[in-house]
Amino acid sequence: MSDILVVDRLTVELPPGSDRRYAVEDVSFSVAPGEIVCVVGESGSGKSVSSFTVMGLLPREVKPVAGSIRLEGEDLMNASEKRYRELRGSRMAMIFQEPMTALNPVKTIGDQIEEVLKVHTQMSQAERRARVMETIGQVNLPDPDQIVRAYPHQLSGGQRQRAMIAGALALDPALLIADEPTTALDVTTQAQILQLIAELRARRGTGVLFITHDFGVVAEIAHRVVVMQKGKVVEQGLADDVLNRPQHPYTQMLIGAVPSLTPADRKPLDGAPVVLHTKNLRKVYSSGGLFQKKRVVEAVKDVSIDIRRGETVGIVGESGSGKSTVARCVARLIDPTAGEVAIDGGDYAKLPERALRDHRKRMQIVFQDPYRSLNPRRTVAQSMIEAPVNFGMSQAEAMSRAGDLLDLVHLPRQSLDRFPHQFSGGQRQRICIARALMPQPEVLIADEAVSALDVSVQAQVLKLFDEIREKFSLALLFITHDLRVAAQICDRIVVMQKGAVVEQGPTKDVFAAPKHPYTQALFAAAPGKQIGNRI
Amino acid sequence: MFGYILRRLVSTIPVMFIVALIVFLMLRLTPSDPAAIIAGDNANAQQVEMIRQQLGLDKPLLVQLWVWLSSLLHGNLGESFFFKKSVTSLIADRIEPTLALAAFTLVIAVAIAVPLGIFAAMRRGSLLDRIVMGFSVMGFSVPAFVIGYALIYVFAIKLQWLPVQGYSRIANGFEPWLRSLILPSLTLAVIYVALLARMTRTSLLEVLGEDYIRTAYSRGLTPLQVLVRHALPNAAVPIITVVGLGVALLIGGVVVTESVFAIPGIGRLTVDAVLARDYPTIQAIILLFSFVYVMINLIIDVSYTLLDPRIRY
Repeated sequence: MSDILVVDRLTVELPPGSDRRYAVEDVSFSVAPGEIVCVVGESGSGKSVSSFTVMGLLPREVKPVAGSIRLEGEDLMNASEKRYRELRGSRMAMIFQEPMTALNPVKTIGDQIEEVLKVHTQMSQAERRARVMETIGQVNLPDPDQIVRAYPHQLSGGQRQRAMIAGALALDPALLIADEPTTALDVTTQAQILQLIAELRARRGTGVLFITHDFGVVAEIAHRVVVMQKGKVVEQGLADDVLNRPQHPYTQMLIGAVPSLTPADRKPLDGAPVVLHTKNLRKVYSSGGLFQKKRVVEAVKDVSIDIRRGETVGIVGESGSGKSTVARCVARLIDPTAGEVAIDGGDYAKLPERALRDHRKRMQIVFQDPYRSLNPRRTVAQSMIEAPVNFGMSQAEAMSRAGDLLDLVHLPRQSLDRFPHQFSGGQRQRICIARALMPQPEVLIADEAVSALDVSVQAQVLKLFDEIREKFSLALLFITHDLRVAAQICDRIVVMQKGAVVEQGPTKDVFAAPKHPYTQALFAAAPGKQIGNRI
Repeated sequence: MFGYILRRLVSTIPVMFIVALIVFLMLRLTPSDPAAIIAGDNANAQQVEMIRQQLGLDKPLLVQLWVWLSSLLHGNLGESFFFKKSVTSLIADRIEPTLALAAFTLVIAVAIAVPLGIFAAMRRGSLLDRIVMGFSVMGFSVPAFVIGYALIYVFAIKLQWLPVQGYSRIANGFEPWLRSLILPSLTLAVIYVALLARMTRTSLLEVLGEDYIRTAYSRGLTPLQVLVRHALPNAAVPIITVVGLGVALLIGGVVVTESVFAIPGIGRLTVDAVLARDYPTIQAIILLFSFVYVMINLIIDVSYTLLDPRIRY
């Protein structure tokens, strides 16, 4: 059979004033019926622009200027907007990264799936309803009668993505474009969605163009792989070849940077004193009150964790497991409901804000999104010296310390006078780390601190965390959803589910023989287990 | 939901009480004597004192407040000092023009502003967008009486399409009623349109950047379908909110507009009552206005639940 999609030497131009002239340059690839082609690359590689160009959904200022796109033999580059609209949703469909925001919050799931049928077909209402129910069944959503009447916010993340897929596949398109469809999902949900996409493809012969940054996912589902870097295709071929025998240095670097699921060798720390100690930490959120029924959510239940000097302890778990709540309680960004949180034996779980101030400099936190955790109107120096100056350090001393710390995180000292927007994501995260080190903390909390970073940058930042932990003998509390990251950086891991710790132990032991069924399920769901164990 | 409405209704009681208290005290703080105004320029001190006694203004402040509040609780708004009528009947006589003016203004404002805001958002950065935004700045800055007299000059005096002033009751025929309302409503609507068009544009622009708009396009919808089915329903909540908050503008505007167009409504009554230091009437009108404002915003809060399934009380 001939290819469903053929993209030939496509070049897409960016508006003047962008950081480069072409978003995508001379890109060629194709998708055959029933084939899953993964386009892999880091942010800015042009992988999403390529897929949006195929769908004809580019912003007005971004224009394809050369090459051709053929869908089932039909030239799309010269297609009218009207023809494009006929094809979208019927012959080619798209699903997106964040199923919560990709669905209209004020319309029912049923209406949103039915809309595709309304726009493209002459079906009667009864026929449409029947097709909606059928499609909902095909994506394995439970209880279709309820799902059609539900609103997006009433479904879980995985269910929402299934509903998106149902809408995309309602008219049996030849091509499905999936733009990072599992990136926002938990690992167990991700495994289910990947399986669903693979199944639907096999059953219907849909060609799938799958955009992702995650080599684990690629290893799970790709037939062929296209690797993109800065708008160009650097390598493409069969999944087995690209993953196991990458030719291009960039591909080799990307695959090499994926953290291995096999825990790294780490020195045992048995003699070191415990720095951070939590005992029976609880956090309960309650809403309602006088007139309404009271709702109580136990976000954290009886969590007891010890971290020794120079030790990295990881809390792993899926969204809603309470891992970030623990981090916030430890940092006293929120007040624990009960239990102890102590540094060097000094319990500060219940201290009032005034008495807490002296403890604040002893624990510092680095957040997930380096784009939002630095004040855009303050220079790096202003951000960095704020805390120590508040605690009484002289301006000059703080500045010289800030310079030293920038050296340490491998940024030039001139960075001090610059603003956050002048740095890349990885550099900003380095700045955040340097800022956290300014008041000389004993405990450093990293809350998903490498999750928003590209894999090559992630590897460098992980290395940096390890360096500073060693240099300052920090107790590092590392919150992550990513088992690969946990395997590489943690001495011990704590697995949380629904607010409770289900398992904890040395990383090596937990990875070698997970005891709790939930831990086992997490490991089973981790995509592309073989990835990262070679090269 | 029912419980929520009940709670909101109950909570209006303290709100109204506080409003009543403030109005009462503020009026007593104004440096003027209703008795002297009623008695006129030629009255002697004895006559003024007699009038003061008749009105009960000679009693201590707390006693006056008590008398007023307890009669309020019995549903009695009191007797006007100046018009020698019960305040209730005074307001009843004057409510029709004001209600008509306010309702008509609301309809005109929404009918003009929402489409303007939509066009501006859809053609962001275009000439039309800039004209709409420029107009809205003007609408905020030019006082209502200037706009009123300008409209009268053009449409009533030069073109002679519409009456200059006055109000024709709906009982005297629909057409004259409508004609008498057009200019005052337009005058009153200007600031409302400015506010609402701006809000519609902002709120729609925000929604148009959302992921589900992209999803809708990816499913082959036309821009119009995307606008009507996906963008507007999501942009509605902030727009409706501003409609509600804008009622305050409307209340303030009614007073000026009715004076400019000599409409015998509550707005005019307010001005007359203030000039005559007619305490009971002023108090009643302000209570009425705040009650209307609280109720309209309650209705709007409840309407959110129809517009957005995520909002539940």
